[in-house]
Amino acid sequence: MEFEKEVKYLTKKERRKIPLQHMPEMAPEIRKDCFDEVTLGYSLHEAQMEAARCIQCKDPACVAGCPVGINIPKFLEEIVEGDLDSSIDTVWDKTALPAVCGRVCPQEIQCEIVCVVGKKKGVEPVAIGNLEMFIADWARASGIKNNPAIPPSTGKKIAVVGSGPAGITVAGDLAKKGHKVTIYEALHRAGGVLLYGIPEFRLAKDIVDYELDALRDLGVEIKCNQVIGRTIDIDELLEEYGYDAVFVGVGAGLPNFLNIPGEDLNGVFSANEYLTRANLMKAFDFPNVDTPIIAGRKVAILGAGNVAMDAARTAVRLGAKSVNIVYRRTRAQSPSRHIEIHHAEEEGVNFHFLRSPIEFIGDASGRLVGVSCQVMELGEPDEGGRQRPIPVGDEHQYIDCDLAIIAIGTSANPLLTNVTEGLELNRWGNIQADPKTGKTTKDKVWAGGDITLGQATVILAMGMGRDAATSIDEYLKTK
Amino acid sequence: MYEVVAREEMADGEIVSNEILAPQIAKKAKPGQFVIMIANERGERVPLTMAKVDKEKGTITVIYMVVGKSTRLFSSIKVGEGFRDVVGPLGSPTHIEKKDGTVICIGGGTALAVLHPITKAYFEAGNRVITIVGARTAKHLILEDEMRAVSTEFHICTDDGSKGYHGFGTDVMEQVIAKEKIAEVVAIGPVPMMKYTSSLTKKHGIPTVVSLNPIMIDGTGMCGGCRVTIDGKTKFACVDGPEFDGHQVDFDGLIRRLQAYNLEERCSDNEYCKLND
Repeated sequence: MEFEKEVKYLTKKERRKIPLQHMPEMAPEIRKDCFDEVTLGYSLHEAQMEAARCIQCKDPACVAGCPVGINIPKFLEEIVEGDLDSSIDTVWDKTALPAVCGRVCPQEIQCEIVCVVGKKKGVEPVAIGNLEMFIADWARASGIKNNPAIPPSTGKKIAVVGSGPAGITVAGDLAKKGHKVTIYEALHRAGGVLLYGIPEFRLAKDIVDYELDALRDLGVEIKCNQVIGRTIDIDELLEEYGYDAVFVGVGAGLPNFLNIPGEDLNGVFSANEYLTRANLMKAFDFPNVDTPIIAGRKVAILGAGNVAMDAARTAVRLGAKSVNIVYRRTRAQSPSRHIEIHHAEEEGVNFHFLRSPIEFIGDASGRLVGVSCQVMELGEPDEGGRQRPIPVGDEHQYIDCDLAIIAIGTSANPLLTNVTEGLELNRWGNIQADPKTGKTTKDKVWAGGDITLGQATVILAMGMGRDAATSIDEYLKTK
Repeated sequence: MYEVVAREEMADGEIVSNEILAPQIAKKAKPGQFVIMIANERGERVPLTMAKVDKEKGTITVIYMVVGKSTRLFSSIKVGEGFRDVVGPLGSPTHIEKKDGTVICIGGGTALAVLHPITKAYFEAGNRVITIVGARTAKHLILEDEMRAVSTEFHICTDDGSKGYHGFGTDVMEQVIAKEKIAEVVAIGPVPMMKYTSSLTKKHGIPTVVSLNPIMIDGTGMCGGCRVTIDGKTKFACVDGPEFDGHQVDFDGLIRRLQAYNLEERCSDNEYCKLND
């Protein structure tokens, strides 16, 4: 749809006629063979058209739906006005990572689901996530950095453990208050799950590096190769290193396995390992890099969450002939974002629902050749109201595969919590933290992200990071 | 960068020792723990158990056999140059205590580098320590003097008989077991050697500790690549180990998993050797 005048001069009535602006994407047959980003981003005109679909509610539900409370109508209207400098400032006011959030936030269950525009039958809500991606990418391409005025140094020092979304948010927020922040990262590169977990084709790694550089510009120091709990303990950080507070955002990095026979066969991976090889270690470029990966000709992915989709689509790009997602529940029950399933299907990934893996089969040399699955059906709802899958007699399906990737979630990694006294855990091993402030049971220690929530999302980790930063700042003021 | 402050070649350059400046790690390191090292920007993460730690100088020493691309890269690093990354100390330390009876420390090849600090710790804890070291040939025997210095009784074995007993260390171990009460055996070496040692000690009912070296990436429990089967249960060598009860380890599974990337490793090594010919 085209208008004779610039978008900002459209009347309310004209604005309401604008259809959803679809995100331009690389064609499946091309993107299947490379790791480049699938989403190409809006042009300025597309962004202005999409932003103009916002009806500027007086009491915007989208802002309440956003875990970090971005003033969405404001940044959208600033895009419409063509005042992109103000728009990115509006976004930066609440999030340090708009380029990341625009790409990986589940907007469809947060800001977009409550969008009034989308309440009308047959009309899509405003594509807020796409617009966040647009404005962040525009700022990056224009070399515009988030340079907030930083108050004079408070002389207070904070250690942030983990450089994932929670840690980045805490570090950014506290640095902006004039505190000295140091991030300790266990791996040899910073970024946490944004780096090792989320593939390049969904989130280009130069975006993560750019966001981390922005953090360094705020005076945050990032130290890699520091396994807190081994290299340094939390008590040492507080006592010997003299930190006034510590934030723990180490993620939920302990992969769950199925505990079925054959799980130790060569060719069976946790999604964490497979994705770490591909993303952090860039094994797709082997032998130009030294870390190998088993590409797999026939691949089975066990599980159907976002990580499963990432693993499946990575396998496609590494040249697999067939990639099969095996899930014991139904499509409707899949915890994955709809867009991820859609992208995977476009790329030729097959889905086998109501199939529960019961055994990995290997050859004489211990290499995986297939996985045997029990056929399931939906039974009675469980306590959570979700229908539980139950076996259908002894009906089985055998799936040929030389690579199987287990993507059934992660648990709390006990490495740090086991050696830290005074840090109370819940029964799943997650750190107990006040849901409003992130304060733990240990003096001067806060926590947030997956290590407290169990498995969640980037944005929820960021939201907790924001709350913890506020709480830490308040605490430091009293000191 | 983690600077190499001293470098030594053994067995005509087949085995290399690097002393690396890493004060933070040196301060915390205990016997039995390992580090993960990366040579350069494109390097892989390689776990190596520390052979020596000098807390005063702030250095750690690793000893490795040059067998593939990564170890070739490591061995090409000169004194004054360094590794891109060294992280640690990782893994659980060896549980050292005064035992009621003799401790046998048995090992072979470059694994003697791992066995040495553990032997030393047992010896210094007041144990009677009988050490049995093995190597392919006399030339490949490392740390002889160091091991002898921390042993109550010391035996050398070589596969070709060029030094000490001609044969396997396990033969010597059986002779020792026949003579006195053994409280514990620590066996560290090639997987088949640990497997055989464990099966022998199981017969005699002697508790046995082995140190495993599966393929690993992060070393913090995050990837699960280093999983080993212990008493039928899945354990991660990086956080639950690297030391385990030798009687409970599924060694055949470990041997299989260690071969997962044989082809890729050869390919990588060939490419590297061609380039540097």
